[in-house]
Amino acid sequence: MSTARTFLTQIAAILAKDIRSELRSKQTWISMGMFALLVLVIFNFAFDLRVDNKAAVVPGALWVAFIFASRRGLGRTIAAEQDGGSLDRLLLCPVDRKAIYLAKLLGNLLFIGVVEIVALPIFAALFDVPLFVGQLIPIVLLGTLGVATIGTLFSVMAAATRARELLLPLLVFPLIVPIVIAAVRATGSLLVPGGANEPPWLGLIIAFDIIFLSLATLLFQYVIEE
Amino acid sequence: MALAKRETRIEPQSTKAPPRAGVPVASLILGGLSFIGMMISIWMIFLYAPTEAVQGDVQRIFYFHVPMAWIGMLAFGIVAVGGIGYLIKKDERWDWVARAAAESGAVFITLAIILGSIWGKQTWGTWWTWDPKLTAVLVLWFMYIAYLMLRSYMGRSTSSAYAGAVLAIVGVIDVPIIYMSVQWWRTLHPGPEVANGDLPASVVLTLMVALVTFTLFYSFLMVQLYNLQKLQAQAQRLRAHVEYGLED
Amino acid sequence: MTFDRVGTSLNRSSDSSPVPPTSNYNQSSPAQSDAAFSDASDKIHMVEIRTLKKSYALKPVLRGINLDVRQGERVALLGANGAGKTTLLRILACLTRPDRGTVFILGLDSVQQAQQVRALIGFVAHQPYLYPELTALENLLFFARMYAVKQGRERAVTLLQRVGLERRMHERVGTFSRGQVQRLAWARALLHSPRLLLLDEPDTGLDQQGHELVNALLTEHVEQSGSVLFTTHQLERVLPLAGRVVILGAGRVVFTGETANVDLDALQRTYQRATV
Repeated sequence: MSTARTFLTQIAAILAKDIRSELRSKQTWISMGMFALLVLVIFNFAFDLRVDNKAAVVPGALWVAFIFASRRGLGRTIAAEQDGGSLDRLLLCPVDRKAIYLAKLLGNLLFIGVVEIVALPIFAALFDVPLFVGQLIPIVLLGTLGVATIGTLFSVMAAATRARELLLPLLVFPLIVPIVIAAVRATGSLLVPGGANEPPWLGLIIAFDIIFLSLATLLFQYVIEE
Repeated sequence: MALAKRETRIEPQSTKAPPRAGVPVASLILGGLSFIGMMISIWMIFLYAPTEAVQGDVQRIFYFHVPMAWIGMLAFGIVAVGGIGYLIKKDERWDWVARAAAESGAVFITLAIILGSIWGKQTWGTWWTWDPKLTAVLVLWFMYIAYLMLRSYMGRSTSSAYAGAVLAIVGVIDVPIIYMSVQWWRTLHPGPEVANGDLPASVVLTLMVALVTFTLFYSFLMVQLYNLQKLQAQAQRLRAHVEYGLED
Repeated sequence: MTFDRVGTSLNRSSDSSPVPPTSNYNQSSPAQSDAAFSDASDKIHMVEIRTLKKSYALKPVLRGINLDVRQGERVALLGANGAGKTTLLRILACLTRPDRGTVFILGLDSVQQAQQVRALIGFVAHQPYLYPELTALENLLFFARMYAVKQGRERAVTLLQRVGLERRMHERVGTFSRGQVQRLAWARALLHSPRLLLLDEPDTGLDQQGHELVNALLTEHVEQSGSVLFTTHQLERVLPLAGRVVILGAGRVVFTGETANVDLDALQRTYQRATV
């Protein structure tokens, strides 16, 4: 088997195992989903989303909900390895550490993605906004990829410390500021199409994803090895 | 085997000859130059530079604020360089540089933000504004805090050094992107900006002198902090020898 | 008696196998051992450790280990708790890196060529390195994919039968008893036909059947010119099981010798002295 094929097989194997484990534990999805919905409802009360200012606030509320919900899910796959019996189970195998990272990233993406898929229609209904237009799916997908890329990398670091819960958001939130800005603005321009001056937000998200996905894949081996 | 640990890798001894106890040349030179520079700067800032027409004397904060902000940003670059050096060379001295730069840089950036905030309040009536520069600097401040907390929690170990290096590398590449994204955002909703129009020559000169002075002072601090890191590492090694016997 | 097969092999050369003898438990001089190697590949040691040092949390655990393990050799590693046995195994398994020194496994550097080395190692440790929420078969299938084992499913089922778990192969490992978990850990370790088996106190928590199984597995492994390095506290078990004994004391090798040449009392005295 060529190394490239082995690489992909290993990613698929780790991903499949993680999905299977999560399905059997049933914890993460439900809590993440409920959390996202709670945030949306609270935003409704906090901002009193009446018709006229909806377009301005709704995208922000949506992405805050996504980011806070993803916070819960981000550390999950790594924590599951450790709580169960340490990452050693995985590190013992002759698997490229990049493959471990990509598998964990895909797992995180999947978990957060499912929550988003559920939350979006509910969101659109709750606030009566025509959300499913134009490039919504790419924006949500690529924005989430940016958050998950950073989050997966740092969840390993934070997990090694006592203050896991505090440190992970502190590490991740400053770094994902460009994603937050771009994703919110891009989603907003779906509701209220911007003028000719609207910057290429989706392009920024894509650039961010490419840069940090490459970087994180290369750097992951340094944070995971003992 | 859980990952949570505070291990310390007993590093191989530096291959350089042990430093002779004697005159700390770098410190003296930098310290002396900094002192002279400070004297000159203070004279220039308070006496030489012209009083700004609109803002009055408060504007002189500018000469402290700007160099400190620049150095605070430069320092983060040094943290990243130290991190890259450590990843490549695995020599703990690179990590000492990174930690020294992080500690000093955090202080400088904090002071820069505070001074800038005071200046802003006096000048425009607000403590804060979300213009691109300030926002980027604020995020940078958070990154410093995250770095220091991470290093603190992970202790003195190889994994701690690696984690710090990764954070610094990701951060240093991210900051320009953050700046750009905020700038794009603000062009749609322009707000009060730290606009510096054409400045008279004396102002520019004073600013340059202040910048050089603070850089010298910063270098002086870096040397001290680096030596502090070195001493801490050596103390750790000695403690280990005393407690557990010599390695060989 | 279950040890017979193992015990008698110490007293005769292993010429019952069609493979040319790669090791001789009876050798008493290095010259004789060299003569036993018939082709170049056998001259490479399975394990070659030079001045290995490792510290954890300020404390030096390994202070300069020099150790060789030949192909087909069974080495018992003795030592008090904290002497560095587990650390040594973890370094050999490429789970952690040495601070100083070199470790070569079949000529491969365990740091620079870690991925290749990992494929050669089977590790049965205190922790089973299994996923409790998955079934026994799912666990083995997962590791088969990770180790790129050819015909992974067949191999997994074969091993499950070998360790006597085929009836529970579709049950979650979390429901297994300690002994069953150990057996599955053995299956996992042997899945990819490793050249070097590392065992951390393999005799704990096993019933009589478990002991017999372990002996049989070890014998099969060695017959295929694999090597074994195992740690243990129980000296009585060492002599029949191992060809060579190494005692670690305070992070150093304080004794090494062929089991054929030492008796239990002398060994015990040396052990006491070393672990004081």
